[in-house]
Amino acid sequence: MVELEKRKEASAAMVYLTPLIAVALTMAVGALVFSVLGYDGPAAVWAMFVEPLIDPGKWQDLGLKAAPLVMIAVGLSIGFRANVWNIGAEGQYVVGGLAGTGVALATWHLDGGWWVLPLMFVAGAVAGAAWAAIPAFLRTRLNVSEILSSLMLTYVAIQLLYWLMNGPWKDPDGFNFPQSRLFQDFQTLPYISGMGYLNVPLAFLIALLVWFVMAKTSFGFQVRTVGAAPQAARYGGFSQERTVWWSLMIGGGLAGLAGIFEAAGPFGQMVPQFPTGYGFTAIIVAFLGRLHPIGIVILGGLVLAVTYVGGESAQATLGLPSAATGVFQAMLLFFLLATDILITHRLRFGRSSEGRA
Amino acid sequence: MGGAYRLELSGVTKAFPGVLANDHVSFAVRPGAIHALLGENGAGKSTLVKMIYGVLHPDEGEIRIDGRAVHIPNPRAARAMGIGMVFQHFSLFEALTVLENIALGLDERLSPADLERRIREVMARYGLALDPHRTVSTLSVGERQRIEIVRALLLDPKLLIMDEPTSVLTPQEVTQLFGTLRTLAAGGCSILYISHKLHEIKALCDAATILRGGKVVGECVPAAESSRSMAEMMIGGSLKDISKGEGRAPGAEKFVVEGLSLRGTGDFDVALKDVRFSVRAGEILGIAGVAGNGQNELVLALSGETPGAAAAVTLDGKAIGALGIGERRALGLAAVPEERNGHGAVPGFSLADNAILTVRGRKGLVRHGVIAGGKARAYAEEVIRAFGVKATGPGAAAGSLSGGNLQKFIMGREVLTVPEVLIVSQPTWGVDAGAAAAIHQALVDLAERGSAIVVISQDLDELLALSDSLAVINEGRLSPKRAIRDISIDEIGLLMGGVHGEAEAHHG
Repeated sequence: MVELEKRKEASAAMVYLTPLIAVALTMAVGALVFSVLGYDGPAAVWAMFVEPLIDPGKWQDLGLKAAPLVMIAVGLSIGFRANVWNIGAEGQYVVGGLAGTGVALATWHLDGGWWVLPLMFVAGAVAGAAWAAIPAFLRTRLNVSEILSSLMLTYVAIQLLYWLMNGPWKDPDGFNFPQSRLFQDFQTLPYISGMGYLNVPLAFLIALLVWFVMAKTSFGFQVRTVGAAPQAARYGGFSQERTVWWSLMIGGGLAGLAGIFEAAGPFGQMVPQFPTGYGFTAIIVAFLGRLHPIGIVILGGLVLAVTYVGGESAQATLGLPSAATGVFQAMLLFFLLATDILITHRLRFGRSSEGRA
Repeated sequence: MGGAYRLELSGVTKAFPGVLANDHVSFAVRPGAIHALLGENGAGKSTLVKMIYGVLHPDEGEIRIDGRAVHIPNPRAARAMGIGMVFQHFSLFEALTVLENIALGLDERLSPADLERRIREVMARYGLALDPHRTVSTLSVGERQRIEIVRALLLDPKLLIMDEPTSVLTPQEVTQLFGTLRTLAAGGCSILYISHKLHEIKALCDAATILRGGKVVGECVPAAESSRSMAEMMIGGSLKDISKGEGRAPGAEKFVVEGLSLRGTGDFDVALKDVRFSVRAGEILGIAGVAGNGQNELVLALSGETPGAAAAVTLDGKAIGALGIGERRALGLAAVPEERNGHGAVPGFSLADNAILTVRGRKGLVRHGVIAGGKARAYAEEVIRAFGVKATGPGAAAGSLSGGNLQKFIMGREVLTVPEVLIVSQPTWGVDAGAAAAIHQALVDLAERGSAIVVISQDLDELLALSDSLAVINEGRLSPKRAIRDISIDEIGLLMGGVHGEAEAHHG
């Protein structure tokens, strides 16, 4: 018999181990499931999790996928630390991309200007933050759960995107395809050979900055306190309301910035296919990285980027459905949440120890 | 063999992972005896009685009831053997009547009429006044405890276990309870009485077993001992007296509260009604009262966690009633709430981080928004040293400290900032006698340096030893304060029970 037994103290080792256990379980169960479905299961897992890592040709792709995930995830992790559950990063990402696109379209006829690209970034970040400010307002004033309001606003953002693509922002020279004009060169992120666009190094810099803020500043302390013990936070003189506002707006701002980075980088324009689920996947990234910026970069961002890149190649080489990537990602979160119980509990094999007589 | 004993324990041992809670404990209780189990928090008293009541099971050793070795698998079996227990925390439904609550806790099913008849019998026999049809939410704490006692007595117990029964009672209620217990003992029921209030044990108990660190360290006849000698057996060392400096002349009025009112948030919440008092520099004001009469709300309103009208609270003539806790701290007002874990400290944070929580402003632990980690650790280290906190160091998680040690850390953290005004709730609750003396001394020393101090406590002995003046809170109203030498225990008791006397006229 296997029993769960409460540990006397939370296991420090398991904090780091369970993400790895979750990855291993995902690989094992994934191989099994896809074998049963009639695919070559082990090959699918190999293509999904291993190939992107051992094929240097795919490393640039990994960076490009990891960058938005890391940026959004470190932003979300701030809120999650404070028990503020923003799960609408996808919408903030879209709105950020749209706002930046708006700037790009408004400046499209200029011949350059160094200030255009930074202005697009600012517009993206501000729009993302503003979009996240709506749940913050609803939560602090009307006590509406930010989980619901932020999620629902994602769909509003996506409809806004569709409307703009099919109407006002449709490329006049685009053969009636629902997409924006291609951005001008001066509106596009610089390309760094071997690394991808500028957003890749920026994402890592931002992760570092967030780490510093969370670990070393009084704002980070406030966020951690509000999350760990709300009553103690009040006693310490930290305002719960302000924490909700700031953590939502920083999360939204970073998601919006990630959005305009994507639009001005890999996409080079705005298209209806812009929302690819980064905002949702980033939730998994944040938890896989233990809500710690460094963990998010090293473990969360990397592993999820691997599944994106690997998923694409598995579609091409093994004929796996495109939903396979989502299945693997969901399994990962599921196993992570499930194995987290090992931090506070241990498995006990064999007979029960409680005295019976 | 031991047929003369009602309860006999021999070599009872119980280990939890990492702790030996009871180490070969042996003692015996005669029929009709009131036997005290004495010890500090963590001495193993609760574990021991939980084994007698069948909640836990001993790893080793034997429990004998009336000379017969027994195995007690669960509380139900314990009750069937005639063992009753009254817990410190009541398990009552506020919205149900006394009768319904008792019926719910009974193992056998009785018709309401039969049950009521038996309840009335028991109450008449032991002089317990209680209307079976009253709703629990309308009852005082003492009356609620009577329900638990009646519930236990309905079983006609041979052994009744009382776990710290007086911690929530007024002095008059305590006297009543003792009357009941004596009647019960005279009828042959043995009583195992757990407490750390020594004068009560002296007044009530025939014998006492003293536990320290899970072991029996002594037996005594309480009437033949002094409170001090028993306390020293409990802590295994000698006690220090509080030394109040004689030259302590109260200065100018420093902290003035006037017309402080607060509306309650829930149905069973007690608000504050027109609270007014003043504390001079160098004065320690004690606020007595039965738990749940507005003490928590008062601490929150004074500390600034729930700000109110500006004029309600003044510090050195400055109206601070509308300021939040951070601003009040900057002006030199510090507070220690009753609950330590999750309120006074964040259990998952290190002691250094818990220093940042409240003293970051006064001790400059944050510069330009960046935490000065080294200074925070140094300050935590200073607190640990000055207050003898048992911890591995400033990096130890607050949650890893015992309740008493964490309390010492929190008290030390605030006291070492030398605040102008210090509000403390339950300064020594759950703290061992040695540490309590150190905390008391720190408060007295702080007052000598000219701080105004408000101590809110349910422990009257503590207040009488510590305070210069005393007021009593009841249902959110505070009685006028009186000099400690001018007030008698009886008066305090009446005020705690809600008899306001002249206070009524004052509020009229």
